[in-house]
Amino acid sequence: MKRILHYLTARLLLTIPMLFVLLTLLFVVLRVMPGDPVSAMLGGHAPEWVIQQKKLELGLNKPIGVQYVEYLGQMARLDFGRSMIFDERVTKAITDKLPATLELTFAGLALCLGIGIPLGVRAARRRRTANDFTIRFFANVFYCIPVFWMGLMLQMIFGVFLDLFPISGRTGSRVVSGDFDKTGFYLLDTLLKGNVHAFGDVLLHLVLPALTLGLVLSGVFVRLTRGNMLDVLKSDFILASRARGIPERQVVYRHGLKNAMIPIVTMLGLQFSALLAGAILTETTFSWPGMGRLLVERIYLRDYPTIQGVIVCYALMVSVVSLVVDLTYAVIDPRVKL
Amino acid sequence: MALEPRTETAGAAFSPAGLVQGLLRRFSAAARKYRLEWWILVVGLVVILAILCMTLFPWLFTHYDPLDQNAGGQLTAPSRAHFLGTDNLGRDIGARIIYGARTIFGVAMAASILSAGIGIPLGLISGFAGNIADKVLSLVMDSIYSFPGLILAIAFAAMLGPGVVNITLAVAVIYIPTYFRLVRGQTLSIKEELYVEAARAIGARRPTILARYVFPNVIATVVIVFSLNIADAIVTESSLSFIGLGLPAGLPDWGLDLAMGKNFLPSGTWWMVTFPGLAIVILALGFTMLGEGLAEILNPRLQEY
Amino acid sequence: MATPVREPILKISNLSIAYPISIGTVRAVEDVSLTVLKGEILGIVGESGCGKSTMGLAILNLLKPPGRITQGRIEYQGTDILAMDRRQLMALRGPQIAMIFQNPLTSLDPLMSVADHFIETIRAHEPGTSAKECLERAAAILVDLGIEPKRLNEYPFQLSGGMRQRIMIGLALILHPAVLLADEPTTALDVIVEAGFTELLAALGKRYNLTVVLVTHNLAMVAEVAERIGVMYGGRIVELASAEEIFARPLHPYTQGLIACVPNIRLEQIELNAMPGSPPDLVGERNYCSFHPRCPYAMDICRSQCPSLETIEGRQVACWLHERKA
Repeated sequence: MKRILHYLTARLLLTIPMLFVLLTLLFVVLRVMPGDPVSAMLGGHAPEWVIQQKKLELGLNKPIGVQYVEYLGQMARLDFGRSMIFDERVTKAITDKLPATLELTFAGLALCLGIGIPLGVRAARRRRTANDFTIRFFANVFYCIPVFWMGLMLQMIFGVFLDLFPISGRTGSRVVSGDFDKTGFYLLDTLLKGNVHAFGDVLLHLVLPALTLGLVLSGVFVRLTRGNMLDVLKSDFILASRARGIPERQVVYRHGLKNAMIPIVTMLGLQFSALLAGAILTETTFSWPGMGRLLVERIYLRDYPTIQGVIVCYALMVSVVSLVVDLTYAVIDPRVKL
Repeated sequence: MALEPRTETAGAAFSPAGLVQGLLRRFSAAARKYRLEWWILVVGLVVILAILCMTLFPWLFTHYDPLDQNAGGQLTAPSRAHFLGTDNLGRDIGARIIYGARTIFGVAMAASILSAGIGIPLGLISGFAGNIADKVLSLVMDSIYSFPGLILAIAFAAMLGPGVVNITLAVAVIYIPTYFRLVRGQTLSIKEELYVEAARAIGARRPTILARYVFPNVIATVVIVFSLNIADAIVTESSLSFIGLGLPAGLPDWGLDLAMGKNFLPSGTWWMVTFPGLAIVILALGFTMLGEGLAEILNPRLQEY
Repeated sequence: MATPVREPILKISNLSIAYPISIGTVRAVEDVSLTVLKGEILGIVGESGCGKSTMGLAILNLLKPPGRITQGRIEYQGTDILAMDRRQLMALRGPQIAMIFQNPLTSLDPLMSVADHFIETIRAHEPGTSAKECLERAAAILVDLGIEPKRLNEYPFQLSGGMRQRIMIGLALILHPAVLLADEPTTALDVIVEAGFTELLAALGKRYNLTVVLVTHNLAMVAEVAERIGVMYGGRIVELASAEEIFARPLHPYTQGLIACVPNIRLEQIELNAMPGSPPDLVGERNYCSFHPRCPYAMDICRSQCPSLETIEGRQVACWLHERKA
């Protein structure tokens, strides 16, 4: 336990500078770059005094240095201000949509791993056979497919032509809204309420979007798993296990895959970032009411505080996940020096 | 890749002609064996060249004007007159794809070149110089690298506004860390060996060593990454225009067309969303295959058995 | 000297192993016939690349593609190992014939503790054994090997190379096999550990009633511990005799050369002896004696015909110098 705390502290000390760099970068992009968001928002022909007043409201007419410090303070408190367009606090807008994005992202991750890893293992075990080449080929092809097009194709085939799955939203019209107030994670909520019908409906709505994310990004895991498995299976301890009469299946999974997984776990952080990015596109394609769609909408409306809030929120999520992943890695691998 | 021998005559060992010769030799060896990797490379090249032709000579492929709204009826399904159908404004989709190749090809290429142009020198300097500068730069690059690239691109594009140049910049930024990390890593490992030499060498020779020995060894990997990068940039650019952050609505752009087509899908209009997407996939695949094929040939994996 | 008559426990007949590579086929093992007697300690000596390790792997049918066994039988208690199906092989590996390998640093799963390794090995062959019993047995064997039982809970990276090699032996012996194959077990260890190891092997051999096949390039090690010694060169067995006979009167020029190469610590030597030439190329068919380029006694016939292993006065040698005139 103590070593985990040690490790956690050390990692946090590393996370903070990175977060700091990201926030600064975002600050530069969002405030210093050419392109005045205020006049853009108000339209090109707003009178000067209106523009100035808005700027005053948002604190945009102060010197950049002061703005920077204020900005950091706000971010530390997670105070994202109020939306410029709607009468709401940005933080609330985000927390309303966050569960939807998380639910989608995690479902996508589950599919990603569930498809990618077994296929990677299969390709490694049957290397240089037709199986191997086909799997690798499709993994490569899928990775080149833009997430949104995958979504569109899935919508087209399974939604429109075969009419098997719904193609937009998280729930259908048959479901009552009162079923979802506990956690915001619809799958959980419906189960907690015992409403099987609603659960089924929510699940159906989740299938295509999750599959979109999962299929496209599984390619990375196929390749990673295959590569790592091939390396591990050449190891001496694998040969030694076989020599002791350990059944092949156990050798491959218990010894092989477990060891191969370690580099994969370290990649999870980066892949989560890719999933978050993909989720934005998926939410747009499937009209999924999450943070991604919020971001896109508000960009269109030039709702500058909300845009800032959402992006910073993404930065925070990525940092947290990265930390958790590193911790998991430290727990799994007894060799990690702490 | 093995380093050149570091003797007096080594200076002459590196020459562009020699490098090309070596490459050609390896290329023909692979070709002679008709290895799978060589075929992958060839297919990739063919695809890229085909699309390149489309960008340079679009009139050879279609006689329709991508902006012409009177080409045929609105939302007509693929037919002999319009191979890929028409969109909701009556424009021929085939033409929009062919002319759209320019935008996507150009942006992806330009963005990649820009990224490489910034990332590589920074990586070289950072790796070679070390110290605080290296630490700071690495921190910055790692932070950017771990952040979802698309989101960063969205942020840039949103703030910069529409336009081809802006989009190129937005896409370029997110790939700088890729080149930086790659080059820095290689530089570091080579530097280890060079410092032994540095004790004997005259100080002023170091920049030359950098240019003559570090760079050529790194270049093979860079070329491969460059190719794969373009594939990625293609997907990123189309993602941006799908969201609506790309270019002015008139310019034919594959992502934009897909965004438009999405609205008509529920009613059964499938051709608007299928073909532009297919084009994206094929072009991205082309560059991916080029990159992967090159990777196998230039840095052949040890026979796995 | 009266030695009890021992039965053969492992019989290799006309074994040939080949690896196809881009420029041809490497014939790593050529027509090797060898009998291992029950209870003996047999040493197989040869330089790197002579095929001895390959042969060792083949005994348990652990050879990986592209290596293939092109001909031959390996009989264990009458059954041909190479013809065994998967289930028979699993029953063979571990409880009947066990093997330890060259590199102890990488022969243990880094993610599993020592105890886990033992539990897994025991349960693979005696399913249903309680963890408690497994640990008891493991602790007992570790004590035999000179390791404190409390180290069972440690992970491989916490143990030294010598310790890891002992753990490997422990894992090999935990199921009380009849035969132990040791493939260059001390090559990765320092000489002091190596010396202790040789003693350990001899003691364990007696205690557990083991037949030991020790494959190594270390002549000195084999001299200490082996009862019979087989010398391999170029994928073939060139001499096979009791340890005393080999060292007292080596017949094959290669064996003579090997023994001569070992520096005598008592004599003042100015130069070290070495055999001229380099190891043979194992690609392709070799219808000649592989040693002839380096042999001081090479004759014409050595270049054109390969000598077969002949039995002379109770020992075997493959050399035209000693062939019975046909």
